[in-house]
Amino acid sequence: MQIFHRATNTIAKASIYGALLLVGFILWACIQFQRSPYVTYAHVARPQPVPFSHEHHVGAIGIDCRYCHTSVENSNFAGIPPTKTCMNCHSQIWLGAGMLQPVRDSYATGKSLVWNRVDDLPDFVYFDHSIHINKGVGCNTCHGPVDRMPLMYNEGSLQMEWCLDCHRSPAKNLRPRDQVFNMRYEQPSTQKPLLYEGKIYTDQMALGSDLVKQYHLRTVADITSCSTCHR
Amino acid sequence: MKMEEQNGKPHQEEVCPGKKDKLNLESANALIAETKGPEFWRSLEELAGSGEFQEMMHREFPKGASEWLDSVSRRGFMKLMGASLAMAGMTACTKQPMEAIVPYVKQPEDVIPGKPLFYATAFTLGGYAAPLLVESHLFRPTKIEGNDKHPASLGGTDVYSQASVLGMYDPDRSQNVIHAGDVSSWGEFQNFIRGPLKGQEASQGAGIRILSGAFSSPALADQVQAFLKLYPGAKWHTYEPVNRDNALEGAKLAFGQPVETQYHLENADVVVSLDADFLYAGFPGFTKYARDFAARRNPDSGMSRFYAIESAPTSSGVKADHRLPVRASHVGAIAATIKDGTFLVKGFPQIDRGLTEEETRFMRAVSRDLRAHSGSSVVIPGEHQPPIVHALAHAINAQLGNVGKTVVYTDPVIANPVNQLESFKDLVADMNAGKVQLLILSGVNPLFDAPVDLNFAKAFEGVPLRIHHGLYQDETAEHCHWHINQADYLEAWGDTRAFDGTVSLVQPLIAPLYDGKSLHDLLAVLSGEPQASGHEIVQAYWQKQHSGADFDMFWRRSLHDGFVADTAYSPKQVAAKSANFAQSASPDAKAIEINFRPDPSVYDGRFSNNAWLQELPKPMSKITWDNCVWIGPAMAERLGVQKRDMVRVALGDAKVDLPVWIQAGHPDNSVTVFLGYGRKRAGRAGTGAGFDVYPLRTSATPWFTTGAQVSKISGTYILASTQGYQTMDAGDVTRPIVRTATLDEYRKHADFNEEKPPAELTLYPGYEAQYRSENYAWGMTIDLNSCVGCNNCIVACQSENNIAVVGKEQVNHGRHMHWIRVDAYYQGDRNDPKAYFQPVPCMQCENAPCELVCPVGATTHSTEGLNDMVYNRCVGTRYCSNNCPYKVRRFNFFLFSDWDTPQYKMMRNPDVTVRSRGVMEKCTYCVQRITEYRIKSEESGTKDYNTDADLKTACQQSCPANAITFGNINVADSQVSKLKKNQRNYGLLDDLNTRPRTTYLAEIRNPNPELEA
Repeated sequence: MQIFHRATNTIAKASIYGALLLVGFILWACIQFQRSPYVTYAHVARPQPVPFSHEHHVGAIGIDCRYCHTSVENSNFAGIPPTKTCMNCHSQIWLGAGMLQPVRDSYATGKSLVWNRVDDLPDFVYFDHSIHINKGVGCNTCHGPVDRMPLMYNEGSLQMEWCLDCHRSPAKNLRPRDQVFNMRYEQPSTQKPLLYEGKIYTDQMALGSDLVKQYHLRTVADITSCSTCHR
Repeated sequence: MKMEEQNGKPHQEEVCPGKKDKLNLESANALIAETKGPEFWRSLEELAGSGEFQEMMHREFPKGASEWLDSVSRRGFMKLMGASLAMAGMTACTKQPMEAIVPYVKQPEDVIPGKPLFYATAFTLGGYAAPLLVESHLFRPTKIEGNDKHPASLGGTDVYSQASVLGMYDPDRSQNVIHAGDVSSWGEFQNFIRGPLKGQEASQGAGIRILSGAFSSPALADQVQAFLKLYPGAKWHTYEPVNRDNALEGAKLAFGQPVETQYHLENADVVVSLDADFLYAGFPGFTKYARDFAARRNPDSGMSRFYAIESAPTSSGVKADHRLPVRASHVGAIAATIKDGTFLVKGFPQIDRGLTEEETRFMRAVSRDLRAHSGSSVVIPGEHQPPIVHALAHAINAQLGNVGKTVVYTDPVIANPVNQLESFKDLVADMNAGKVQLLILSGVNPLFDAPVDLNFAKAFEGVPLRIHHGLYQDETAEHCHWHINQADYLEAWGDTRAFDGTVSLVQPLIAPLYDGKSLHDLLAVLSGEPQASGHEIVQAYWQKQHSGADFDMFWRRSLHDGFVADTAYSPKQVAAKSANFAQSASPDAKAIEINFRPDPSVYDGRFSNNAWLQELPKPMSKITWDNCVWIGPAMAERLGVQKRDMVRVALGDAKVDLPVWIQAGHPDNSVTVFLGYGRKRAGRAGTGAGFDVYPLRTSATPWFTTGAQVSKISGTYILASTQGYQTMDAGDVTRPIVRTATLDEYRKHADFNEEKPPAELTLYPGYEAQYRSENYAWGMTIDLNSCVGCNNCIVACQSENNIAVVGKEQVNHGRHMHWIRVDAYYQGDRNDPKAYFQPVPCMQCENAPCELVCPVGATTHSTEGLNDMVYNRCVGTRYCSNNCPYKVRRFNFFLFSDWDTPQYKMMRNPDVTVRSRGVMEKCTYCVQRITEYRIKSEESGTKDYNTDADLKTACQQSCPANAITFGNINVADSQVSKLKKNQRNYGLLDDLNTRPRTTYLAEIRNPNPELEA
């Protein structure tokens, strides 16, 4: 005696595989959600008290990174410029600009501007700018094309896999030290070879592995030890 | 159901064997008699090897630590579980909140955000300076270090100065000027005080009295003089409950003038302490003495010998080669026998001083040894011994020709060296006579700590205007018309002298958090110059002292260095008066003696609200958050009391109920109580902790007296002592945890300690291959010979690594968080055991048992040999600590870190994670310092991998005795590599094949062969 119609077999199969697929999909969706800009803020411009444009100041005018981020070569923290730095120029130009009112107010009252942090690592991660600069990691390797950002956003996800991507294979991102602050630096390729220390490089990995030696990078095992970043 | 059952009964009883001493003394004695207990023991339970102790030793945490014992209702439990389940998967989905960056408007010069600056300043206790370097992150002081350029610090600190940074940020500090119970202001006080001062002008200030603690500040002394010139009738009194009156009077007795005694222990072959605790914080010159003493304890180069004669066990006594426990009143007679010199003659002393046979034997050996080392020996009298003992010590040192070699006399360090008790008595007499109209108290708390017989409270109420100036609104502030909130030393300008006379300038590290005022500010107002700031006053004083034209340079140099050059006192020639050393008759040996001692943690009560100090296990008993009465084992047996029983201690009419702590090595028929507890208005940490024993203390007998009555009363009290916690199982008795030998044995068999590490039995690449190719391989040695058990490393570590305090109840459950602990081991007779200190941080095992069992890889090995701990990965299974034979891992059973109080946010080390609930933590060899060092050295491109000069862990840096050495064991000429080659070097529980990177140097004793026989 057949209780169920034969079609129920199909329904049963479909629901079993469907359930598996659904679980898989939910897991995949969760992972994608974790990596989405909604969580990581990647490529999401943050609200700021003054709509400061890196595109204008870096790209158009050509101000060096270190003019404002003064401690980037000496300290873990790159430094956010004091109001005084803004006023070096803006006490002379754009005196009436309304969008600069908070800057002038800050300078007049002595109360700091309160910026929203853009590249915000979790508090249990201890990143050091100076050593990355020192070993030939360019600013835009992590921060992206800052000279083309009208409003500042973070380029990477700032998640651990993103850090490890480079820490596991530093050669693919290193560049000569004198190019670190060059926002338009391009990695060597056959179309655009790079002359460095009397050698012509057409391949990033070749340059990178030479730089790893020249800059005495610690081994991959060293720089992927937990205490490199966590303490 | 189980929860309910647990709620029903008092749970504390089960926590650990120490809590409810099922093992009473009789059964302990029986057990000790029948079993041969371990050679080294930490508690009487361990000595007896009771079953409870065995169980505890095999547990990861003491019983109760890992169970939910706090009362929770059934509904609450269900709610909690439901919520946890619902939230379990959600924790990873948190979006990071937006964070602000607040830059300067105008950035100060020299400031690099992310790089700390160090400023020299000094902490003062009882008038004696501890010279410091204070780490400042964007002008927030975070960590105290010793000033290594200053002769009185040499880089070391003491627990009080180390913990003072927490005191500065204490949210319970007084934040307002208070008038008649209401919040007022400094301006209103200035307006108000003009009237009363005007009223005093007619009588030239005859009704003004000022009471302060002892101070050595030259600028303040100058300001006081100016004030007293303005009001010649006014009087300045000094009183601290823990004072050095005895030393002062002893000097007067011996030399007719008050002089300061300095010791040069680096020149001393034989050191005799007459009840002096000179190797613990609070003794002037402690850091320097600990350094010098430890340096002379090296068995490879001229080891000194140390005899301690003491009335209560101290950490100094632990370091003694021979220790003689005697009652405090007997120390005078013992000192006199050294002076007599009659022991040099074979046979018994000619003058009968009432010594027992054992004491006679001991003192004969001491006397002989001292005579044999004339000119290179030293006798140090204790602060609580009467003047006559100090005078005797001076006479002995003179007799032995030690003066100028190991003992040096100088001018007194205290600006106004008066007998503080007499000064205080004069004040009370004047108050009772109605002569005092205006009483100003600065930094003192006499309503809590005045001698009880002076009836200070009554006299105090009779004074028409009382003004209190202090850090806290304490017991005294409550009864004053005005209270002015004082600025902490880290917030104000000043100057102060160290024990050798060197002046340190005190510069503020931060603007006063609560707009507090220093004594300079207050005196300026009283002197009618309210516009003068503390900075101007101190600078103006030094301008007067400095003759050259380059004052600015001089001032900056002094500020930078932390001391004014060439201000150390030069040795003074003093002629001994022929003193009358007649001893008063020794009191009845049967009468019970009571000793009053400052507490090792809260001192006289002033550090009551400092939670770091409260939770610091006291050097001998390891009790936290409480005081107690110490009773020796023999006396406890007679009284029929056990640890944690309550007893009533009566002296005259006064009586105080106290819990008992049976302290091995305490002299018989004598008890010791500790001052500073039982505060009523200390703050959230100190109020209500412990028992106030000041009601027993009279002006006639501030330090000890006989005639106390001790009787058992009903009830027990929970004392949270960490003594029995984290006990390691040595298993094999031939490899004890503390290794020791006598100097003779060491010389004859330098290899007494030799033990090859187990052979590498592994298919994986060996440890040598893994680590020796690195630039750095971190290692540490701890020299048990040098360690004086001063606890400084614990506080330094706590400060550096943002370690939370947990409170008494949690300590009692064994959930305290200190990353380094100092174990005290005893050996031999309970009534007079030898003792050893052993600091235990994480061993950073190369073959770490903890790493294998972590299911989430939260504890892993770094290539440089660190056993890394990744807090954000930890899910709190606690398998790691379960598998750690050293029991050095600490678990955040609750959210112990204070995440909310704004003051504490400023205090924390920004380079170390503040841990949350459910996370394991442990020593990391200060990995933040290692990383900072490595980055700096890599950037400079150096190829020198010897880190000795520039990299120190927090414990190492603060250690006054240089007991801890840390460095790169891959460099052959680093200090740590050399020490690891020393014959004394051994690894703790090395036979477990953990290959610890932290190793110990065995303790070598230098006993007198005459006494060994």
